[in-house]
Amino acid sequence: MEHTISVRVRNEFGVLSRVAGLFSARGYNIDSLCVAETLDPKVSQITLVTHGNDDTIEQIIKQLYKLIDVVKVVDHQSGTYVGRELALLKVRTLPESRAEVLRTAEIFRGKIVDVTPDSYTIEVTGSPDKIRGLVDLLQPLGLVDVMRTGRVAAPRGL
Amino acid sequence: MRLTGAEIVVRCLQEEGVELVFGYPGGVVLDLYDAIHRAKFRHILARHEQGGVHMADGYARATGRPGVAIVTSGPGCTNAVTGLATAYTDSIPLVVFTGQVPTQMIGNDAFQEADNMGITRPVTKHNYLVKDVRDLAPTIKEAFYIATTGRPGPVVVDLPKDVGRASTDYHYPREIFLEHYQPRYEGHWGQIKKAMSLVLKARRPVVYFGGGVIISGASEELRRFCEKLGAPVTYTLMGIGGIPGNDRLSLGMLGMHGTYRSNLAVDGADLLIAIGARFDDRVTGKLDEFSTHSKKIHIDIDPTSIRKSVYVDSPIVGDVRNCLQKFLELMENEPKLEGYPERIADWWRQIEEWDREHPIGYAQSPTGPILPQYVIDKVYQLTRGEAVVTTDVGQHQMWAAQYYHSQKARNWITSGGLGTMGFGLPAAVGAQLGRPKDTVVCITSEGSLQMNSQEFATAVEHNVPIKVVLVNNGCLGMVRQWQEIFYDKRYSEVDVSQTPDFVRLAEAYGLQGLRATRVEEVETVLEKGLASARPVLMEFVCAPEENVFPMVPSGEPSRKMLFGHPTQS
Ligand SMILES: Cc1ncc(C[n+]2csc(CCOP(=O)(O)OP(=O)(O)O)c2C)c(N)n1
Repeated sequence: MEHTISVRVRNEFGVLSRVAGLFSARGYNIDSLCVAETLDPKVSQITLVTHGNDDTIEQIIKQLYKLIDVVKVVDHQSGTYVGRELALLKVRTLPESRAEVLRTAEIFRGKIVDVTPDSYTIEVTGSPDKIRGLVDLLQPLGLVDVMRTGRVAAPRGL
Repeated sequence: MRLTGAEIVVRCLQEEGVELVFGYPGGVVLDLYDAIHRAKFRHILARHEQGGVHMADGYARATGRPGVAIVTSGPGCTNAVTGLATAYTDSIPLVVFTGQVPTQMIGNDAFQEADNMGITRPVTKHNYLVKDVRDLAPTIKEAFYIATTGRPGPVVVDLPKDVGRASTDYHYPREIFLEHYQPRYEGHWGQIKKAMSLVLKARRPVVYFGGGVIISGASEELRRFCEKLGAPVTYTLMGIGGIPGNDRLSLGMLGMHGTYRSNLAVDGADLLIAIGARFDDRVTGKLDEFSTHSKKIHIDIDPTSIRKSVYVDSPIVGDVRNCLQKFLELMENEPKLEGYPERIADWWRQIEEWDREHPIGYAQSPTGPILPQYVIDKVYQLTRGEAVVTTDVGQHQMWAAQYYHSQKARNWITSGGLGTMGFGLPAAVGAQLGRPKDTVVCITSEGSLQMNSQEFATAVEHNVPIKVVLVNNGCLGMVRQWQEIFYDKRYSEVDVSQTPDFVRLAEAYGLQGLRATRVEEVETVLEKGLASARPVLMEFVCAPEENVFPMVPSGEPSRKMLFGHPTQS
């Protein structure tokens, strides 16, 4: 099963390679990974998406806690968190398809963040499903490239 | 007080009460070695960085104090890696300083630069790159704290040359608090009570313990716990010495070369009490047929050890000693324990029957070639099981585990998890330096010995009176055994009979050298060697064909053991 796991780490030298090294050394999967500073500049948040059975996920969490620089690990349960990804989609536009591309982007609340005579770059955020939906619709309309971030996740409420 | 980084390292080591440092100098640690002139601790110059780290490791295992080593950048660090990995798999506390090129050169492929942090990360509990001299003292404090607490392990401090030369105001932090690193020592009462109810219900209990008992110093608590129950006890390679090997409750070691009665008892148990052990594959054999009828209690300080490979009904995270003390407290007031040993009498009868079926033993003919088992048995008898024994890796290691019934914790020093050939000699030097009054015996074989024999020089330089017992079977015995049994005797690259004359080699280094080629010489040579005040090598020229039995073939369930021998007790 897919799990979204947030890992708060001390912002020390090499901390990302410790986390990544743990996953590669023990053969765990990383489906996506996202890292950035938190409000406290000494602490970063790594959000990773992984999959595995319950035993594997339990081991992953325990192994993460064993890393000295790891402060906190949260395995988000579905329904209890908001998860978002961001994608930049580059579409080659032809005069006859420009309007259709725009309309489609709007339905997904996408924003045009760059325009050239023959292209749009569309920014869209949302769940992986939503982004996949937009990708599917833009494919026949001249989609040439997709740049996606990993997921960030926040628990609901305070 | 302003001090340079190099001086700070020396001061911090003194603050930590370090009495011995093992190491090997080089370009980027020149300043550190210059500061060592004025140090209060002793520095032991190894002849190879691997040897130096194994010495620190042997010292740590023998004394319970952290081992300290210093190596230079690049090849110094890469040479140390096997030593670090050996200590890491066996949870041994080390603090190792690796030299590094100056900070502004890092990443430029400088002379003798290696990515020490990247290389040592998977073989250490934690590692640090110190980029600012002001961080040095707190980092060293943290390094010792992390190495020695929780599940211990080696910690590397990577020290760029310019940091060693820079200076700052020095003060050593007294206290340390790491919010994100809080090992759990206290066993949870609720969990212990639940586990106790399993103990009370059991009719076929077995205690299975490992290195955690040694690390936490829980021998006495373990003995009282087992005595109260009158329960059979088996142990892992790392647990040897946790109870006396010939204790009335001891079944001997379990696993691949364990005793038949241990493996059958674990297989037939209705309760397995795992204490400071980690269900290693050399112990369990085929995992899904391991002890299938038993409920399992597991005490371990490392939560990742619990339910890693084997399902456990009653997990208890905590220090082994702390948890056993709590068990003992509960047992004090537990009326249902009355008559417990009698209730499991049938179980003991069954175990004794297994032992009669396949006791452990060897058959030394009075005229035939010397058997390594016989040599080790004699070492055991002559030292009454009270020597500190280090081993290398291979058949001789397993025979030492089977026949040297070590009497005390911290007297058995072996590379269990990594199985590092070349560990025995330097580990013996380190152990003897830490325990100068005790007899230290290194049981080794010619393959392993040649991997770090340069450390003879270190032993002689400091007159470290180790007793090296070399069972020379002229082959990489353990590999040869697998080729004989599982590869139809297609021997491939296991003949190492082209050896130096070991007695003369030892003498060339300045050790005393002795040799036995016939059975009747064995005891005389041992008596003479053990009585010597000098470092000694005793070579026993043995038969190459001898195999270690019993044996669980790899991947088989542990009750399916091979017995190759006419056994004789
Ligand atoms: C550094 C290292 N290389 C290879 C091995 C694989 N290995 C395990 S036992 C063994 C043979 C050891 O031979 P020897 O030291 O002569 O001991 P014996 O088995 O003959 O007692 C080998 C090569 C190892 N454990 N360690």
